[in-house]
Amino acid sequence: MSGPLLRNRWFVGSVGGTFLLLVFSVFVGFVWLPSAQDDSLFKGLLNSICSAAGVPRSWLGEASAPVTSPVKVSEVVMTPTTLDEPSSGGGVGRGATLALRCTMCHGLRGVSTSQTPTLAGQYASSLYKELRDFQSGARASAVMAPLVAELHDQDLRDLSAYYASLPRQQSPATQDLQSAPDIVATGAPMRNIPPCGSCHGRLTAKLGVPWLDPQPRDYLKTQLEAFAHGTRRNDTSAQMRNIARNMTTEEIDASVDYYSGTR
Amino acid sequence: MIYNKRLILAHFWLAFALFGVAILLGEWQMFIRSPLHGWLRNADLYYRSVTAHGTVMGYVFPTLVAMGFGYFISEAALGQPLVGRRWAWAGYYMIIIGSVAAVVPVAMGLDSVLYTFYPPMIGNAFYYIGVVLVVVGSWVWVALMGINLYVWKRAHPGAPVPLAMFANVAGAYLWGWTAVGAALELLFQILPVALGFATTINAGLSRVLFSWTLHAIVYFWLMPAYIAFYTIVPRAIGGRLYSDSMARISFALFLVFAMPIGIHHLFADPEVGAGFKVVHSIFTAMVAVPTLLTVFTICASVEIAARLRGGKGLFGWVKALPWANPQMLALALSFVMLGFGGAGGLINMSYQLDSTIHNTQWVTGHFHLIFGGAIVIMYFALAYDLWPHLTGRALLNLRLVHWQLWLWFIGMIVLTFPWHYAGLLGMPRRMAFYDYTAPGMFAEGVSVVMSTIGGAILVVSAALFLTVLIRNHSAARVDPEPFTFSRAVHEPVSLPWALNGLGLWLGLMIALTITNYGYPIVQLMMTPEGRVPPVFVGGKP
Ligand code: HEM
Ligand SMILES: [Cu+2]
Repeated sequence: MSGPLLRNRWFVGSVGGTFLLLVFSVFVGFVWLPSAQDDSLFKGLLNSICSAAGVPRSWLGEASAPVTSPVKVSEVVMTPTTLDEPSSGGGVGRGATLALRCTMCHGLRGVSTSQTPTLAGQYASSLYKELRDFQSGARASAVMAPLVAELHDQDLRDLSAYYASLPRQQSPATQDLQSAPDIVATGAPMRNIPPCGSCHGRLTAKLGVPWLDPQPRDYLKTQLEAFAHGTRRNDTSAQMRNIARNMTTEEIDASVDYYSGTR
Repeated sequence: MIYNKRLILAHFWLAFALFGVAILLGEWQMFIRSPLHGWLRNADLYYRSVTAHGTVMGYVFPTLVAMGFGYFISEAALGQPLVGRRWAWAGYYMIIIGSVAAVVPVAMGLDSVLYTFYPPMIGNAFYYIGVVLVVVGSWVWVALMGINLYVWKRAHPGAPVPLAMFANVAGAYLWGWTAVGAALELLFQILPVALGFATTINAGLSRVLFSWTLHAIVYFWLMPAYIAFYTIVPRAIGGRLYSDSMARISFALFLVFAMPIGIHHLFADPEVGAGFKVVHSIFTAMVAVPTLLTVFTICASVEIAARLRGGKGLFGWVKALPWANPQMLALALSFVMLGFGGAGGLINMSYQLDSTIHNTQWVTGHFHLIFGGAIVIMYFALAYDLWPHLTGRALLNLRLVHWQLWLWFIGMIVLTFPWHYAGLLGMPRRMAFYDYTAPGMFAEGVSVVMSTIGGAILVVSAALFLTVLIRNHSAARVDPEPFTFSRAVHEPVSLPWALNGLGLWLGLMIALTITNYGYPIVQLMMTPEGRVPPVFVGGKP
């Protein structure tokens, strides 16, 4: 290199050229194009620069308050850590004691022999979410509501932990996706139905979603129909309602048969 | 003189062997999602395959080719044995260990996250650790390339750095810097969650960091092909490189403009402001400059070869070209694919037009044409050129080589043209199956069948390629003339400092990274609301 940098034509040319290009593109992206759109919420140079830069704004603050739903919807937000909090003296043992009130319907050790769901080995995240929904009324049940009404949050956590700790009894038929009906293994893409197995297990599982095998046939069918008719509506963002509504009766029967196995 | 033939061959063979396996996965994928096959009962198998195919083809294969070729260039162009031979082997083994660590959990279904990681999707930590090992192994190479050039420069003060080495080190530094983005994403966003130390992930920040890598990695894939354009083809067809300086300027500009443009992969993302998208879009347009410079310089070099062989007329010289020469053929086919792919790229890089093809099969069609087509065909060509020098045996079967190159070209066109079309019809990418019985989906089904046929042709071509290389190892021994790179019409005697080193261009590359990425990254780092819970793949709810 010879002489001071600022006299070097390579340096001046490349750095200067790049700088001019940068200035030009910043002008286009932050000043010119934003000003060409006058529908934006924020007017003026500084505002257009900030919006173009992606500065977070509380633009909803100026709009009207969000509409509140006339019916009760689920308020439970499940994250991987929701159930992590150290149990203050609670846990599986305490849950087992609390569960005495559940045994008459859900079986002595969580395996139901009636039309109620089996709870033994169910994911704690799913149990906890449903219990909270019963409590808030987001999921309506004349039987469950009074039973959970006076329970504390810790009680719900302990109950969930207890039932999750019990052994799950799976039927061999559902181990194999080859024999599963189409709706379970592949869904129906053109009707916006993902495969059941992509949330309820076997393909993948999602947080707060229960496994379904084995559950009593009538229970599964009733729930699917309730989702389809919109009488059950504690599914976050209407995920199950949108699916069940688009399912044919044959698909409902096929999936219910598959998941209930012999029951 | 090539001193470390075993090292170089080890890199190339590992690269080509993995390529041979991954291409079978690619064809399987195409078949599976075509109407020729029923719907997969377990779609995860498809995503495992795409993850493995993408990881091998996108990370491992081109990296190993660039490394092997880089070691070759360092010895052949600088005329000195590689400094740091043991380190080079250490890097190589790191890549092997990393690849195994990455692919095993993918095969087990624990990591169907695709090679772009797709946060907040999180899989088993071993996959990410494996990818990090591959990157770290390649960084060893980056360092060695810099060191070897430094050693040579000290021994030859003021002498012009050979063009091949200049370009090679430019590619190495580009990779060294661009891999930082994905490395940061893996180390500070993804791995903490995968290992259980963190419970949320800033998906937007992760995506921005990945985009830091995602564009320049393409130019890193491209470097060996461009080096072959400039430093092998003109010599192989008996011509001269039209301009040595033009070549250096092209490589320097790739270094500068490949980096600050990655947000063009995030046009549809909400976490980046529209202003930055425009800036990145404009800078993306700038890569047309070195690309067109290259097309011009190489065409001029080829014309020189033709005229030296007695070619006449405005275009008549084209007939005088040595079309029987595999390098000539590969170059021509590569340019045709580069042309079509580049035309498609104009749509991808335009902030507005991109929305018409975003996340459709157009995108996969596009990068297969550019990368799998224009670039990989030059990987073949450079392997053919290097092989006799590495094995000391003759590469005789030119007919097979011709078939191989033509089939690759034809297969790639048959694969990717319908693929683009399917994208225009709106077919989304990364899907295991489609309902072709639905009204209006018939045309998409036809195009996927055509692509499947194109893929099969490519599989045949890949098999021919491997056959040619394998057969060479037992061919007659020859004593090839010493390896040379192309000579320029005006060979550089003394170069301006800016073209004899990379300092200026590296400075610009880093400065533009800061101006174009600094604010989006800092802003997202300071946005804790951006952190979301992970979505675990592989059965964990
Ligand atoms: C027989 C030849 C090939 C066929 C049939 C093929 C097919 C495919 C298919 C079907 C996908 C998945 C697309 C989707 O699900 O949307 C894919 C992805 C990919 N292919 Fe290929 N491929 C071939 C060769 C190559 C080559 C030579 C390369 C590069 C050297 C390559 C690089 C990639 C990459 C990086 C991905 C990842 C894309 C993603 O994750 O979305 N492929 N390929
Ligand atoms: Cu890009």
